[in-house]
Amino acid sequence: MKKRAVSMILAAAMVCGMLAANVSCVSAKGSDEGKVINIYSWNDEFRQRLEAVYPEVESTSKDGTVTKLKDGTEIHWVVNPNQDGVYQQKLDEALLNQADASADDKVDIFLSETDYVFKYTDKDADVAMPLTDLGIDPDKDLADQYDFTKTTASDADGVQRGATWQCCPGVLVYRRDIAKDVFGTDDPKEVGEKMKDWDTAKESAAQLKEKGYYTFASYADTFRLYGNSIENPWVESGDSVIKVDSKIMDWVKDSKEWLDAGYLNKTVKGQWNDDWNKAMSSESKVFAFLFPAWGIDFTLKPNWDGAEGDWAVTNPPQEYNWGGSYIQAATGTDNPEHVKDIILAMTGNQDNLLKISKEYSDFTNTKSGMKDAATNADFASDFLGGQNPFEYFAPVAENIKIAPLSAYDQGCVELIQNAFSDYFQGKVDFDKAKANFETAIQERYPEITEIQWPE
Amino acid sequence: MKKKSVNYGKWGYIFILPFFVIYFIFSLIPLFDTVRYSFFEYFRSGIKQIGPNFVGLANYVSLLHSDMLKYGLNTLILWVIGFVPQIVVALVLACWFTDARLKLHGKQFFKVVIYLPNLIMASAFALLFFTMFSTNGPVNSILCSLGWIKEPIDFLGSVLGTRSLVGFMNFLMWFGNTTIMLMAAVMGISMDVFEASDLDGCNSIQRFFYITLPLIRPILSYTLITSIIGGLQMFDVPQILTNGQGNPDRTSMTLIMFLNSHLKSKNYGMAGALSVYLFIISAILCFFVYRMTNDNDPDGSKKAAKKRARAERRKTK
Amino acid sequence: MMKDKTASRIRSIVAHVVLIILSFMCLFFFYVLIVNASHSHAELQKGFSALPGKYFWKNLMNVANDGSFPMFRGILNSIIVSGCSAVLCTYFSSLTAYGLYAYDFKARNVAFTFIMAILVMPTQVTAMGFLRLITKMGLYDSLLPLIIPSVASPAVFYFMYSYLQSSLPMSLVEAARIDGSGEFRTFNSIVLPIMKPAIAVQAIFTFVGSWNNYFVPALVIQSKSKMTVPILIATLRGADYMNFDMGKIYMMITVAIVPIIIVYLLLSKFIIAGVTLGGVKE
Repeated sequence: MKKRAVSMILAAAMVCGMLAANVSCVSAKGSDEGKVINIYSWNDEFRQRLEAVYPEVESTSKDGTVTKLKDGTEIHWVVNPNQDGVYQQKLDEALLNQADASADDKVDIFLSETDYVFKYTDKDADVAMPLTDLGIDPDKDLADQYDFTKTTASDADGVQRGATWQCCPGVLVYRRDIAKDVFGTDDPKEVGEKMKDWDTAKESAAQLKEKGYYTFASYADTFRLYGNSIENPWVESGDSVIKVDSKIMDWVKDSKEWLDAGYLNKTVKGQWNDDWNKAMSSESKVFAFLFPAWGIDFTLKPNWDGAEGDWAVTNPPQEYNWGGSYIQAATGTDNPEHVKDIILAMTGNQDNLLKISKEYSDFTNTKSGMKDAATNADFASDFLGGQNPFEYFAPVAENIKIAPLSAYDQGCVELIQNAFSDYFQGKVDFDKAKANFETAIQERYPEITEIQWPE
Repeated sequence: MKKKSVNYGKWGYIFILPFFVIYFIFSLIPLFDTVRYSFFEYFRSGIKQIGPNFVGLANYVSLLHSDMLKYGLNTLILWVIGFVPQIVVALVLACWFTDARLKLHGKQFFKVVIYLPNLIMASAFALLFFTMFSTNGPVNSILCSLGWIKEPIDFLGSVLGTRSLVGFMNFLMWFGNTTIMLMAAVMGISMDVFEASDLDGCNSIQRFFYITLPLIRPILSYTLITSIIGGLQMFDVPQILTNGQGNPDRTSMTLIMFLNSHLKSKNYGMAGALSVYLFIISAILCFFVYRMTNDNDPDGSKKAAKKRARAERRKTK
Repeated sequence: MMKDKTASRIRSIVAHVVLIILSFMCLFFFYVLIVNASHSHAELQKGFSALPGKYFWKNLMNVANDGSFPMFRGILNSIIVSGCSAVLCTYFSSLTAYGLYAYDFKARNVAFTFIMAILVMPTQVTAMGFLRLITKMGLYDSLLPLIIPSVASPAVFYFMYSYLQSSLPMSLVEAARIDGSGEFRTFNSIVLPIMKPAIAVQAIFTFVGSWNNYFVPALVIQSKSKMTVPILIATLRGADYMNFDMGKIYMMITVAIVPIIIVYLLLSKFIIAGVTLGGVKE
């Protein structure tokens, strides 16, 4: 199965390569380019997309560790699991040794997720090259990208040091049968009205509760919506004080309220566990989930055991972004031309991006392309009963204002949810939860001297 | 017994040489690093290295002000829940398996089966535990359908539930291991001793306390010491079951999980100091256990045991 | 006498009941594992089912044919690492234990105390220094650093030492010396056979411990062709974003367990058959 898929992708890549000769800039390559491009990532996601759309790809070894390009250069895929932080640990070691590594061992490209991209774009660390140093002009070459993705990949001075092919605007996915039962309609527009902001959503939640339904599965489901709208970064650049944003405390307050009111399912604790998966099955009483494109395809779909067309998407109560993998060029790379070519082909070429959207259901980083997709019936989803989700993704993406980032985001986001999880379940009181967060965060980041809570 | 001529001494050095050479290279050098860094401020902030700056005993002092003692207590509680039943069950099983008078059917089968859980990776085992004990999982649905409970139990949501599960998992994973070790020890006892005791009319309980126990003392103290060390180093089971957080309210956070959260930030200084504390605690505990179990000479105690056994016999008759 | 008989009957019943309960608990998890390995991902997400599914073969094929996860290569690596570790560890621990038990020399007490002291040092912290060290030695991404350090295992040494204390009479060694046996020969042909049960026990434990070790190999191994089974499973879980196939993971765990079960059954013969200890007993 998989082998066939890969060979089909390869065939597609070759055809595509012939047609899209304009993207290639092989001729521009300097003679001092290295022969090995090392790409660090935590899974095969990027490799599959590269194989699918990058015209220079010739073939990939069976075990997926080496991809040969047409000019003889080899891409070596260095894949380490995210589990237990192994990926970042190995990447960090490699980047710290970058100066001493031999040319073929140098990191050339690495990937990072939104939650920790700032750790690598940091100006002082200088491990990710500014795109302009590669010869990419973000304003011109990447003009069609969503602005929030550019901001996310920029350092504190606004210098862009990475780019992504993928945007993850989130929507609200709901069960049509429950909507009909409670609101008398399953029309996305009308359901969207019922969920247009938090106050309206709360009224609808009470309605759902009356009929015995939960609005969302877990308090963790709504975190991204609040977390993405914080006004100040968790830690100001150069500072050692964590300032917990009032939006985060709103999440705590609202979640407790919703949970106690029975709008959320008490037995579902957090995400990515058994109970959460089961909340997506036909027997569950959960009305909706908050997901970006990948969530619908990779998480909801495999967990749903009913018919296709039972789910539909609509606008969320608040715009948010969840996820995204950034491609970054490592400082000291010996293959700057190749790296530039790959970044441009993967993030700045509309044809390639639309192809990724079609084949992998990613919401890709092209404003004009996604606008077209929103009205193009080719992008309709069978799982959503022929509804075109891009109609709802696109406006969310336009309106996302990415939260100001800091290098501490991953730990803060993870640990604050953990600490308050005990509070939601009534195991500890509010002040104890705060204290537990302070302890945990100072273990993770020893340089943090103080945690300030909003009044 | 200790009649050894001096010229054999050099063989002792030769025999222990490989161990010490390898240990010196692969463990002692990293170990010195650990101890040395415990006096430094040395960690990673993002991808930037901070330190090493010499700070003297600051790491040690700040650990004393942290919740370290609380985590020590957690560790102790988890150890007691898991290891006490483990050693008791293992002792009993080892005796049953080696008792010729007790006619056990399917002895071979039982012996093979009890060690099996140890063969599964801790992470895989925890995965199975999660599935079994989740709120909507099979254990809850079985209990519900039997009518023993009305509402599903939230095992991992309560302090008692989490601790019991950690203890239970540790027990299940390791009791077979301990049984086998003790069995090997009991089998090392000469059959003559048991036969003699049979002739003397010892019952099985007397035999256990007066013969088996004193004779397997070295292995038993080994078991105790390694299980104390294992307990102090308890990590993977609670780490995986509670997602590294020791929830709820950090009540199942063990010392090594605490250490691990320092290592996550590459805080070599603090982690080093914590390891030195751990080292001191385990050294003290093991010293006591070793003294307690190896103090009197085994021959003397054996004689006393026999005497007592005879006295017992007279009383019962 | 009658009383004795009823007592022993009760004892036997109790023993059987306890053993059956314990065995049930132990086997239950294997049953769950195999049942889960026979379900598709979709079925697993819906909840646990006590009956086997129809996907066993398909999951197995998925694991076997996935070129990007060299499962059988991984098993081979694991066998090499665990096998060598078990052999080196038990042999050298016995050697060291015998060296300290049978010979009187100046440094003896110091050496013994030293090993007992390092026994209690937690391993987690030295891992970082260990990684720096082997990188400097050029052993990064090689199987050797997973094997060689097992020569020095304080815990196994201590077990062997305790075992010698309870089962090796020095008179036996002296008899061999009188017969003109060299020291190494005495060790290999007289002491080792006596230690068979202890060696079998520790060989199993070392093998299993090294087979299931994730922490150190994850730090040391980089290339796919050298990965051991636990790293492969972790890589698989991290592979397709959140889209890992649980059926495949359970199957992988099942496949990974088969070799250790075989090794265990082979070695357990030594324990279960009950090695009758040769030689003189005091």
